Amino acid sequence: MSDETIDDTDGTDVDAATEPEPEPKRTLTVTVDGRPFEAQPGSMVIDAAIAAGSYVPHFCYHPRMTPVGMCRQCFVEVDGPRGPMMVVSCMTPVAEGQVVRTDTPQVKRAQEGVLELLLVNHPLDCPVCDKGGECPLQDQAFSHGPGESRFVEQKRHWEKPIPISDLVFLDRERCIQCDRCTRFADEVAGDKLIHFISRGNDTQVMTFPDEPFSSYFSGNTVQICPVGALTASPYRFKARPWDLDQRASTCTTCSVGCRTVVQSTRDELVRYQGLDVESVNWGWLCDRGRFNFESIGSDDRLTTPLVRGESGLEPTSWTGALGAAARLVTEALESGGPRSIGILGGARGTNEDAFAWAALADALGVTLRDAQVGDGLPTEVLGLPRATITDAANAPTIVLLGPDLKEELPVLYLRLRDAAEKRRSRIVELSSVGTGLSRYAWKRFPYEPGLGAQAVSAALADPEVRDQLARGPVVVVAGRGNLAESQEVATATLASLLDGLTGAGASWSVLPALRRGNVVGALQLGMAPSEGAGGGLDVLRAAAEGRLELLVLVGSDPMADCPDTDLARRALAGARRIVAVDTFLTASSEQADVVLAAAAYGEKDGTTTNLEGRVSGVVAKVTATGTSRPDWMIATELGLALGHDLGFGSVDDVTDAIATRVPAYAGVTRTAVARNVEGVLTEAPLAFLPPASSSAGERNNYDYRLVVSRTLYDRAVGTATSPSLAHLAPGPAALVHPLDLELVGVSAGTEVQLVGARSSVVLPLHTDATVPRGTVRVRFQQGGGSVGELVDASTPIVDVRIERL
Amino acid sequence: MPRLTDANVTIAKEIIGRYPRPKSALIPILHLAQEQDGYVSEDAMRHIAELLGITPAEVYGTATFYEMFKFEPVGRYCINVCTNISCQLLGAWELLEHAEHHLGIKAGSTTDDGMFTIEDVECIAACTEAPALQVNYRYRYRVTHAEFDLLIADLRAGGLADEIPPHGTLARVRQRTPQNWADTGRTAQAEVDAR
Repeated sequence: MSDETIDDTDGTDVDAATEPEPEPKRTLTVTVDGRPFEAQPGSMVIDAAIAAGSYVPHFCYHPRMTPVGMCRQCFVEVDGPRGPMMVVSCMTPVAEGQVVRTDTPQVKRAQEGVLELLLVNHPLDCPVCDKGGECPLQDQAFSHGPGESRFVEQKRHWEKPIPISDLVFLDRERCIQCDRCTRFADEVAGDKLIHFISRGNDTQVMTFPDEPFSSYFSGNTVQICPVGALTASPYRFKARPWDLDQRASTCTTCSVGCRTVVQSTRDELVRYQGLDVESVNWGWLCDRGRFNFESIGSDDRLTTPLVRGESGLEPTSWTGALGAAARLVTEALESGGPRSIGILGGARGTNEDAFAWAALADALGVTLRDAQVGDGLPTEVLGLPRATITDAANAPTIVLLGPDLKEELPVLYLRLRDAAEKRRSRIVELSSVGTGLSRYAWKRFPYEPGLGAQAVSAALADPEVRDQLARGPVVVVAGRGNLAESQEVATATLASLLDGLTGAGASWSVLPALRRGNVVGALQLGMAPSEGAGGGLDVLRAAAEGRLELLVLVGSDPMADCPDTDLARRALAGARRIVAVDTFLTASSEQADVVLAAAAYGEKDGTTTNLEGRVSGVVAKVTATGTSRPDWMIATELGLALGHDLGFGSVDDVTDAIATRVPAYAGVTRTAVARNVEGVLTEAPLAFLPPASSSAGERNNYDYRLVVSRTLYDRAVGTATSPSLAHLAPGPAALVHPLDLELVGVSAGTEVQLVGARSSVVLPLHTDATVPRGTVRVRFQQGGGSVGELVDASTPIVDVRIERL
Repeated sequence: MPRLTDANVTIAKEIIGRYPRPKSALIPILHLAQEQDGYVSEDAMRHIAELLGITPAEVYGTATFYEMFKFEPVGRYCINVCTNISCQLLGAWELLEHAEHHLGIKAGSTTDDGMFTIEDVECIAACTEAPALQVNYRYRYRVTHAEFDLLIADLRAGGLADEIPPHGTLARVRQRTPQNWADTGRTAQAEVDAR
């Protein structure tokens, strides 16, 4: 076991962050256009002026990024020792007694002058520009510009537009060089793939030749571009801003729960924009969350319920389908009782969906249920002292024991990266392979799959780590970094870490890095396994062993989600009957006897719970596809067909019922959710991790230990049915250390056979220097030879041989 | 397109070691790449990015700021004819036109034999000696058309080899590079190891 120390190259320290504030923060009194205003020390004049109600035009300034003073549009007049002077308000900090004027003739003249210069080379192709109508340059040219240009010469010309990535187009003629996109790529995303080149008369934003701006966060540059220079291919020429209708919502692509604005035109979703909320996403979105609206309007969506007949699944009416489903439930109850029914799912829907299905399960007495299928952690993890994202981003120490956040929870990655870069936090990473945050980690403790407990011991024995833990709160980001390591092992490793932290006297809390959109909400609202009933894997095992009369899949797709593909396959084959509620026909739902077409995100109202336990609203923006219905409604109607009135007449009834019946959600009223853009925090009842033991066996010298991890773009339904994203999946591959590639004796890209104890798959072999020797990493759910065939959920770890074909 | 040679990587590592942050060594190493190939190739920029732990786009952004870094092959001799105001008034356009005729190329391009590149440049701070030009950044003052022809003939004949080294040659940055340590018995590798 070795540890690597990543040096702080500039030698600064995070000590300052942990020391108590020497004195309470006070405000500074400034005068803006004659009105006194209490400004925060350290803020800029532009912040104070705008907050005081005097709008200052600006392009380059963005409150979430370092001011650079590029555009010079935000001139104001400030009284100085030698009288009034013009200053760039985004670069001037507020000071006590400062007198600011934003409306003098001098200021007006400066603003007009700057705008005239900015427009010198701007093409004014507003009628054909996507930004026209919502363009800061257009708006401010009207409100603060000179009205006429004196420029009669030829404007600068560039080829337009050029793709700088698969998703983003760049029009250099429209660009005003505000440095927002390049600053975003550098400061916020850490993907410095775009840069100003040929600085001078020909300054332009550009990538390195043949190295596209393939950032997971590229869509944000389009959103913050103050002109139409950057446009995103999924939205280009789809709508004019004045034809867009929008509502605030929450992204449910992963469990971070970024606040969004969902925009549609002519009953079609066309764009999501990030909403700036302090507690979660700061206005940012990942590209998967931003562009997967395409899947909602996909032609492959289920439009009607299906019932299995003579020639397979056939479209039918809702009455017919619900009747068929109710008959299957009744038969199962009659022949095997409630113990012969298993329900999986809820994590892909709203809180209301999960709650209604849990209520139906309660009414039927069904205890076998789970929102996870062996791809997460035990529900009890939610009952540990919970940290918020902000807690994590302000904690002196962040311990990562889980997935690659850049791949699975991208905006959480941005927040934690920011914490490390701004030196508020030090990151201690425990993982088997390198992750997106590895380069920002203060210390890394790599471990061989299955031996996480040893890395925990090594980390806690490190004197520097112990000193660091004493500096204040410690937030553990806990999840599943390796789907080939059993849930039992992951739980045991987490338990040993938490015990160790307690032993070291650290005050710790946990941020659960479970991935699926509403997994936390589903688990908190009754889709968690009840005590002694066993979790999702046990439901699948029961089905595989023929003990289930009926398996109900509520948006769950075990064939894709369960790491153990063989178990999922046997479960679907072994369950006597299957009822699926789904938006698409997936590898799982296509095996069902009854498929109930569900309304998707953007088609139904409700609430969702993110990984912090924060509840915020999701909205119906477009009409549901075909006759599809929200999951909660399906549960309610199925209940009625079975003689159980769940008492829900509308989605609001369900939201109200949650607030009344679930203690943790008592504060989650409709009014509270509607009023708080930041959402409403819930707390799960205190719980303790179940006892778990890990025992990774010895391996022989020929074996590689398997790491199965997710990537942002994969063959999941939401990405596969979004044409703009589908081709971004990196594709199936096995990754080994470059020296191991030599050992195998093939060249990179050659197909090899990975032979496990139960099965073998063929995958192209590539190198990845972040994979330690003796380990092979395979990306999950990439099509091709499914790595799930190698994973056995009942063994702690998976060892494979790599054989040449 | 070439990456840095092993010998140049050693020098580059030595240069990197001089700075608290590797990134600071970018400009000297770009010079090194230009000396090696006569221009800065894309592969060299990628290689430099690897050495410095930054992205190729950052290398590209910095490198393209400087007119003296070339991104495609140029002639052995780069002739910069100043066309700024003083030189212009004293015949710079005519001189440039003469140069173009004499060499049979347009400003901004290179002769087929790879000997000469002509560029028109902004002020080179020799206004009192207008019209002025530079050959690989060595000045020639009050240049007449005949003198220009003579200069070209001399350069072709190798007559000015001592005074004007080929394009890309490092002169001043070289003082502390490993070649100068030969007499002291130090090596670049030892220097890197010591750090």
